[in-house]
Amino acid sequence: MSPAYVAIIDSGGANIASLLYALKRLNTKATLTTDAAVISAADRVILPGVGAARDAMTRLRDGHLIDVIRQLTQPVLGICLGMQLLVDASEEEDVECLGIIPGTAKKLPGNTSCPVPNMGWCPITRIAEHAVLSELGDGTYFYFLHSYAVPTSQHTVATAQHANPFSAVVSHENFVAAQFHPERSSVAGEQLLRNFIGLRQ
Amino acid sequence: MKGVKFRDHRVVGGIIDLAQRYCAEGADELVFYDITASPDGRSVDRSWVDRVAAVIDIPFCVAGGIRGVSDAEEVLNKGADKISINTPALERPQLINELVRRFGSQCVVLGVDSREDDDQYHVYQNTGDPDKTAAAERMTVEWIREAQDRGVGEIVLNCMNQDGVRAGFDNKQLGIVRDNSYVPLIASGGAGAMSHFLDTFQSANVDGALAASVFHGAEINIADLKRYLIDNAVDIRPVS
Repeated sequence: MSPAYVAIIDSGGANIASLLYALKRLNTKATLTTDAAVISAADRVILPGVGAARDAMTRLRDGHLIDVIRQLTQPVLGICLGMQLLVDASEEEDVECLGIIPGTAKKLPGNTSCPVPNMGWCPITRIAEHAVLSELGDGTYFYFLHSYAVPTSQHTVATAQHANPFSAVVSHENFVAAQFHPERSSVAGEQLLRNFIGLRQ
Repeated sequence: MKGVKFRDHRVVGGIIDLAQRYCAEGADELVFYDITASPDGRSVDRSWVDRVAAVIDIPFCVAGGIRGVSDAEEVLNKGADKISINTPALERPQLINELVRRFGSQCVVLGVDSREDDDQYHVYQNTGDPDKTAAAERMTVEWIREAQDRGVGEIVLNCMNQDGVRAGFDNKQLGIVRDNSYVPLIASGGAGAMSHFLDTFQSANVDGALAASVFHGAEINIADLKRYLIDNAVDIRPVS
């Protein structure tokens, strides 16, 4: 494991502990921060998120972090709500997001055979190459916990299926994002985090 | 803890060791119940939550005596992925709305202890203590509909007639609740053999199945169970 230093942006949601523990198991130094200087100087940046998009965007705006995040050049990983924050907008309360990866998060359509929230383990299908999915082939299961998702687009690296296919992983330049929770996805999630830490700049 | 028909609970063993064992066997999620929290009028002891979070890499849910946003926040900040509420939600249903508004539906699980009396399904509360267990004056289906309208993101239906007797899940009741729920439904109560898990996935169309005693006693190995279910075309994460 490279000696990368990871800044985890505190966007206000609960449940950061599991991500910190997952990185610790990989012997990676990580800190939870809203400090622009720490974020900009980190080797890797993770934008996590559990909660509502509007609250998180408000917190990023109040912390003057919007432009800081947009200008990052090191590898950045969005997780779950963090993925939805990286795209243009979210249907959840009609909130404008960071606009770094093109797309709009939309509410999952639900029914009794495809309940919403989508909570549980789903296999992914790879549709593009990305080093963050190294050694993680088609059919690898990850843990999902969400009610909104980014539709598939030219930026989609892998899809998963609910009532319809949606983006499980998207990427654009140095930004990559996962709808699932790698920190709760057993050995597959650990591999993804290891891949992310090891990405070339 | 495990119990038989909600009586005679006994300590099963070190929860950290058990959690690690279940992770290694391929469990998809763990649920930790502090079942006497509500009848004792206290909240869950949280000192173990971050110790669990540090060692496992699958999602876990904490249940027991969560009465407000601050209780839930503490548990989630220590690394739990979800919180499950039961008696406090029956006493004050608005609690569901408050938790959902703060943390989102995906964090908030409703535990329902339900029993068949005279061909009808009724909700029970304070089920952790046999002396305090009481009917909640609610019909099961009405309660799960109300809870979903209030935003709950998952329902664990514990069928009390079946609990601990290992005669199989109550698929008739689960099927009725399935038809009235549009959030994930987890079957609980009654698992005694691998075929019981297959039955409930096939006949009640549940999203998950929860068991305690058959795993604690190592009568069913989770890896063996998952291989058996996959061989029978149940769509679950394979054992790695």
